[in-house]
Amino acid sequence: MKFSEVKSALKNKTVGIAGCGGLGSNCAVALARVGIGKVVIADFDVIEENNLNRQYFFFDQIGKYKAPTLKENLIRINPNVLVDDHVIKLSPKEIVALYKDCDVIVEAFDKAEMKEMIVETVLSEFPQKQIVCGVGLAGWGGNNLIKTEQYRKLYIVGDRASETSENDPPLAPRVGIVSNMMANVVLEILLGKDK
Amino acid sequence: MKITLNNNIEIIETTESSLSINQLLQIKKYSFKNLVVKINDELVKRDSYEQARFKDGDKVDIIHMISGG
Repeated sequence: MKFSEVKSALKNKTVGIAGCGGLGSNCAVALARVGIGKVVIADFDVIEENNLNRQYFFFDQIGKYKAPTLKENLIRINPNVLVDDHVIKLSPKEIVALYKDCDVIVEAFDKAEMKEMIVETVLSEFPQKQIVCGVGLAGWGGNNLIKTEQYRKLYIVGDRASETSENDPPLAPRVGIVSNMMANVVLEILLGKDK
Repeated sequence: MKITLNNNIEIIETTESSLSINQLLQIKKYSFKNLVVKINDELVKRDSYEQARFKDGDKVDIIHMISGG
């Protein structure tokens, strides 16, 4: 498939991204670069200086809300991508409302309980939709521990073991690897496995 | 009891013909707080871990959700 064909195949596709932190911002950037038609992004938080070690924001954007700021950055990369941005803390009700028309959903939350909540919500409310989830990305090294596992409509990307903490922080390289692998799974779902 | 647990064949030592998810979590000493559980690819919500049961030959997935993003 030529890049022009990839772009036209993605033009009418919509990806829902829940969370605009390390996973969400980097995954959205990858999808915007390859020409996804639309992304629906949501995050309640503002950008802090310590987010810049991995999240796709800039020093002069500290203090701004992540969702509308990510929209600005995505449109600077590719003005053809439609971005539906929401400053909101997602609950099951809002996940159903915001993501009901998405072709694929990307789970890009930080907290484990939010990850559990969205996977339960999507698998029970949208049994036909595929959800890509990031699990295990703390620290550095261990490239070959990061992998993708599929459980029917649920994809888990990450090392599945390293939980972030003060002494094992999330850092740009591994967060970037996992978020780009998640974007890669999204492409495989949307374009198929055949090149 | 022989089941497929997280895509691996697993023998669970038990005299019962079926087990609940809570029993399996105890037997396997799974202590992660946040999980996504499926029996034969059907989602088992957290409030059903006691009622939902599996038997010999079933496919069980217990996926740990851990923080970081």
